[in-house]
Amino acid sequence: MRLSRRSRWLLRAAVAVGLAFIYVPLIVIVIYAFNSSKILEWPPPSFTTHWFTQAFKNEAAREAFFTSLKAGVAATAIALTLGTLASLAVARHRFFGRETISFLVILPIALPGIVTGVAISNTFTQVLEVPLSLFTVIVGHATFCIVIVYNNAVARLRRLSDSFEEASADLGAHTWQTFRYVTFPGMRSALIAGGLLAFALSFDEIIVTNFTIGAGEQTLPIWIYSNLFRPHELPIVNAVAVLVILISIIPVYLAHRLGAEEGGATGGRGAGGGVETEATAVP
Amino acid sequence: MASEAVAERRSAGHRLAGLFHGRERLQVGALLAGPVGWLVIGYLGSLALLLVAAFWSVDPLSGATIKEFTLENFEALVNEPVYRDIIWRTVRTALLVTLTDAVIAFPIAFYMAKLASRRGKALLVIGILLPLWSSYLVKVYAWRTLLSANGAINWALEPIGLHGPGYGITAVWLVMSYLWLPYMILPIYAGLERIPNSLISASEDLGASPFTTFRRVILPLSFPAVVAGSIFTFSLTLGDYITPRLVSNDQFIGNVIFSNVANNQPFAAALAIVPIVVTIAYLLVARRLGAFEHV
Amino acid sequence: MRRRDGNPARTAWLVVAGLVVFMLALAGCGGGGSDTTGGGSSDEALQKLGKGEGEVSLISWAGYVEPGWSKPFEKKTGCKVNNKEAGTSDEMVELMKTGQYDGVSASGNATARLVAAGLVAPVNTDLVPNYKTVFSDLKDQPYNTFEGVNYGIPHGRGANLLMWNGDDVKPAPDSWDVMFDPKIASKYKGKISVYDESSYIADAAMYLKYHQPDLGIENPYELNEEQFNAAIDLLKEQSANVGEYWSEAAKQISAFAGGDVTVGTTWQYQYFALKEEGVPVQASPASQGFLPKEGATGWSDTWMIAKNAEHPNCMYEWMNWIIEPKVNAEVAEWFGEAPAQELACKETENKNFCAEYHAEEPDFWKRVYYWETPLADCGNGEEDCKDYNDWVKAWTTIKG
Repeated sequence: MRLSRRSRWLLRAAVAVGLAFIYVPLIVIVIYAFNSSKILEWPPPSFTTHWFTQAFKNEAAREAFFTSLKAGVAATAIALTLGTLASLAVARHRFFGRETISFLVILPIALPGIVTGVAISNTFTQVLEVPLSLFTVIVGHATFCIVIVYNNAVARLRRLSDSFEEASADLGAHTWQTFRYVTFPGMRSALIAGGLLAFALSFDEIIVTNFTIGAGEQTLPIWIYSNLFRPHELPIVNAVAVLVILISIIPVYLAHRLGAEEGGATGGRGAGGGVETEATAVP
Repeated sequence: MASEAVAERRSAGHRLAGLFHGRERLQVGALLAGPVGWLVIGYLGSLALLLVAAFWSVDPLSGATIKEFTLENFEALVNEPVYRDIIWRTVRTALLVTLTDAVIAFPIAFYMAKLASRRGKALLVIGILLPLWSSYLVKVYAWRTLLSANGAINWALEPIGLHGPGYGITAVWLVMSYLWLPYMILPIYAGLERIPNSLISASEDLGASPFTTFRRVILPLSFPAVVAGSIFTFSLTLGDYITPRLVSNDQFIGNVIFSNVANNQPFAAALAIVPIVVTIAYLLVARRLGAFEHV
Repeated sequence: MRRRDGNPARTAWLVVAGLVVFMLALAGCGGGGSDTTGGGSSDEALQKLGKGEGEVSLISWAGYVEPGWSKPFEKKTGCKVNNKEAGTSDEMVELMKTGQYDGVSASGNATARLVAAGLVAPVNTDLVPNYKTVFSDLKDQPYNTFEGVNYGIPHGRGANLLMWNGDDVKPAPDSWDVMFDPKIASKYKGKISVYDESSYIADAAMYLKYHQPDLGIENPYELNEEQFNAAIDLLKEQSANVGEYWSEAAKQISAFAGGDVTVGTTWQYQYFALKEEGVPVQASPASQGFLPKEGATGWSDTWMIAKNAEHPNCMYEWMNWIIEPKVNAEVAEWFGEAPAQELACKETENKNFCAEYHAEEPDFWKRVYYWETPLADCGNGEEDCKDYNDWVKAWTTIKG
């Protein structure tokens, strides 16, 4: 696109300002994580890595981290299964109520978290008489993660021409074989990207978790919330947050790479290759 | 021999596949049983069970639900002006945040889609996604400390005689715009990417100025993507109660639901119906505008 | 393979209609979940103390369950302590409803509700040896004894404090005027910190009892329409000056430390924490009995045991431990409240502690209005007092 020099620079400036807006608070968090003052004065009187060592030693934080991992993996697995199934139905078939599925799937994430959380919690404790535990948390998380996998999968399936699948059937493959050898490989990177985003969402979720978790357990956000206001624990929380950001560079990068390698078999319309757009089909 | 091997494998999996072959309804049914069962029976059913309590009332001392039909919760909602104020405050903020994020996100998404090099695109995508991995709570708390009277914002502004917004509705707007920005950037970016460069070139070849091209080609084509992003900024703002609690004294719908959910669940259920209706209405409008193709 | 798509809008409406019908059916028949209705005093308290179960889950106020005495408890009894801190009585009732906790340190605006909801069981004080030496004016009180049956073990009592930043608020206030009188409160506009629960309405009522005696307020928790509306109006006026409504102790600490608020209602726990951080806070002095001239609302807390608690033996051990003289002394000094255990007064580090906190003066506590659950039937024969639901609804309108 032809833009004047001035417009280009204005645009670049807008991007810079936008990125600054996004990153300044994160940088503040990083600075606080090294702040030697316990009550987090500003500007920090001096710097220390003390809080990071404390974070590693903190048993509650470590347990919460692993609980979050477990919940995230399980919820993502369920979301992947259900999301893929739904996407296959919607993108490859026509049926009564097809348009409604997209609407249905987005509801758990669009409706206020407190509503979803209380509804699920009530059903478990009052109707099913199942006590709250990590299981109920996973059910809650999976419910609003389905849409993320679903969106990515549908977007991908729409770009994958179904002529490949027809060809496969013509060559004698039955339904599972076609799925296994033709459809799934085409979808795989979109599913991985969707799965990673779903995991991220589950890992950071607080509101629904608050209502569906049992007394004895904590996910990382719950641990953070319970320590946010304790003056003695707060610096550790910042350190933990920084650690989580650092660790998460890996899956974000992975999601991106896997999305980008998809270029070939799409026969896609849309503007130039480069970054795959489904990896960004957002929560 | 080969045919024997093939004949052997025509058991379980193959036969099951044969059962499904040609029977579209069976295929669709099998695919949808899980997800639809989970979402309709599990999720919608739970919602219905919760919302039915809106027609009940509660004993003030024991907190036990009195399961007799009554409209008193809705009467209270309608008659007491504070609830209207709170609802309007929440919706207004949600709309403002959406607008703000759309305005900030668009240039960034445009740059990413049309002007950045391949490498730049990749870096920017990662750069936008990374903050999504930092804890929501930590981000809000960071803003709380930034906005505090002795915090970094005042520290930076006071020397030039200005003053930060402190806690309050402005803070809520600021923080929410901050939090949901990536959710707006990414769909717009995806939508802009889908616009073929050839269309833009054609527009320019036909003599349109960049501004006209933007107004008459790019904007209409990317609008559904903007609406798609707005679904998240709007609904996430509408339902949040933690941010208003941490950076202001203002009550949002979520706060009132939260303070009633323990002791007066019928009333909380009646309150909850409001954001549900608003969100569904918003989703229906968004769908009409084509957002669901872009989400 | 391509079939009719079906009318999508119609599907959606069908689903919605189905759900609405389902809901109305439920509403009409009163189906749905099970709800505990009042268990009352027909429940049995534990008769015999058995072996500890290895664990106990507690809900408590900030500062009530600290490693200083919970760790020795774990060593002694083998009962691991899982503690959940709550900021308001409402939160505590909500948590108890989940049925996942063994006990709670309940204030008077929670105890009656917990008993009525059938969430707690009577306490057999014979199984709690240290109960014998608890102050007698804490025993058999309307907030821990219902229909003659004992429902808990006293923890300690205290009054809500008026706290201010000595550098910003001058002269040192001796009255709640600084928070309620518009002329004075507006000087600190945006810097006032108020407790975020409907029980604060009683503070306004108490203020009016002193300053507007013709309203005839006797007990700030028993308010008729006129008195109630007067209190609400006062609070609405106040909310224009309020900087923060706090429900978590630590949130208030960070607000005072950050300079966002300079005067407010608080507990001794925050006061001591801030002094330790070096923030120049002051509170009504001991010479005034730590009370502004109108008096103060306060609390007298009771440890209650959940009905069908999973770890009843450990819970009884905890209830006995917390009023062990040495422990209760530590607890009282840490938080800054008057101990429930008479013998604790000999064990405090500060030999004047009990005197300073008026632990042994029943008359002093007549100026402190313990948190109570407002009921419509308030004993004035008219049953026209505002009840708990009214208070909660009003609180929302006050905050706006």
